[in-house]
Amino acid sequence: MSNVFTLLLVRETRLMFRRPAELVNPLVFFSIVIALFPLAVGPESQLLQTISPGLLWVAALLAVLLSLDGLFRSDFEDGSLEQWVVSPHPLVVMVLAKVLAHWLYCGLALVMLSPLLALMLGLPTQHIPTLLLSLLLGTPVLSLLGAVGAALTVGLKRGGILLALLILPLYIPVLILGSGVIQAALQGLPTTGYLLWMASLTMLTLTLAPFAIAAGLRISVAE
Amino acid sequence: MTEAYLETVDLACERDWRLLFERLNVRVQPGDMLQVSGPNGSGKTSLLRLLSGLMHPSAGDVLIKGESIQQQRGELARNLLWLGHAAGIKGLLTAEENLSWLAALHHGASREQIWQALADVGLKGFEDVPCHTLSAGQQRRVALARLYLDAPALWILDEPFTALDKQAVTQLERHLAQHCEQGGMVIFTTHHHLQDRPATFRELDLGQTAL
Repeated sequence: MSNVFTLLLVRETRLMFRRPAELVNPLVFFSIVIALFPLAVGPESQLLQTISPGLLWVAALLAVLLSLDGLFRSDFEDGSLEQWVVSPHPLVVMVLAKVLAHWLYCGLALVMLSPLLALMLGLPTQHIPTLLLSLLLGTPVLSLLGAVGAALTVGLKRGGILLALLILPLYIPVLILGSGVIQAALQGLPTTGYLLWMASLTMLTLTLAPFAIAAGLRISVAE
Repeated sequence: MTEAYLETVDLACERDWRLLFERLNVRVQPGDMLQVSGPNGSGKTSLLRLLSGLMHPSAGDVLIKGESIQQQRGELARNLLWLGHAAGIKGLLTAEENLSWLAALHHGASREQIWQALADVGLKGFEDVPCHTLSAGQQRRVALARLYLDAPALWILDEPFTALDKQAVTQLERHLAQHCEQGGMVIFTTHHHLQDRPATFRELDLGQTAL
């Protein structure tokens, strides 16, 4: 069982690195969106600093959403999903490996890039660890919840927009908490409460979402 | 009459408000070879997907060892090799990587076994080639190489002969017949006329049973 988990993780890694464009796309998107804001709202550093937590979070969220549409698409089209469903190994385990791979190469990469962009927006350096922590706890939730939507829409020809409509409302709690942490830090308020809430949200989705994703995939494959 | 391994009871399939077939009763026991035939759109692929548990029947049931497929998911999964129209081959992975992953979904296979299976389907020397550079027929052979590994007993194959050359078709026919002679079961669809038929060969024409 754990063997299938590691093998799938290795397989996803291979696939990802043989298609480097998909690896870079969310990162470039994230950077460009952040770079556009100073151009649009003006280079006034006080304003940028105030809105930076929200900006970083919304941009990260959209970057993740952008990469989610393709999460199960190729596996669906080439028949891999059918093979997973009929296999004696639990689909939940394979789904978890798949989402973990997505998080590692999309979510975690965004987290690593975020300090640089935060500095561009003038976020004080002492708040960078808080930002990293909030994104580190929040991006797995984005990947897991998004994968539920991706699993349900994979069979549709143009699932992209429907995926966004389905998933964006579900992202609201994590967005509020995630940007709230940094806002609180900027105002010198304690952040532990926010972070604990985020951690519990992460644990909740980590335990429940894989079952929903697996069920969604079964429905999509059965169509 | 020995107990059937797989059996359908008044099975019906409806797709997009169209009834493809109904009251279908088929029995498959160890050693059987069943060819599902019929015109395009008569529900051949749907029937195979119902039998492998990928789809749910509109009415009736599929029984595995006398019990409903819903209760027998684990039993079926351990004994089923499903090869759909799209066979789960990734273009970006090499033949060996593809095959070893597909094998890992069942019992797993050693590197030597994988190479042997690829040699059996005539892909010696193509082990390290990414599959998207292979021809359609060669990609089909990579998928079919699974049948040469330590495979489960029940094979459900959707159009296994597509894109294969004459010699490969003959070889596959022989391999399927051999599997049945050894007590395995093969259910498949094809428009191709089989030359090498074991004694247990039967044909199910959906064109006649359908409405």
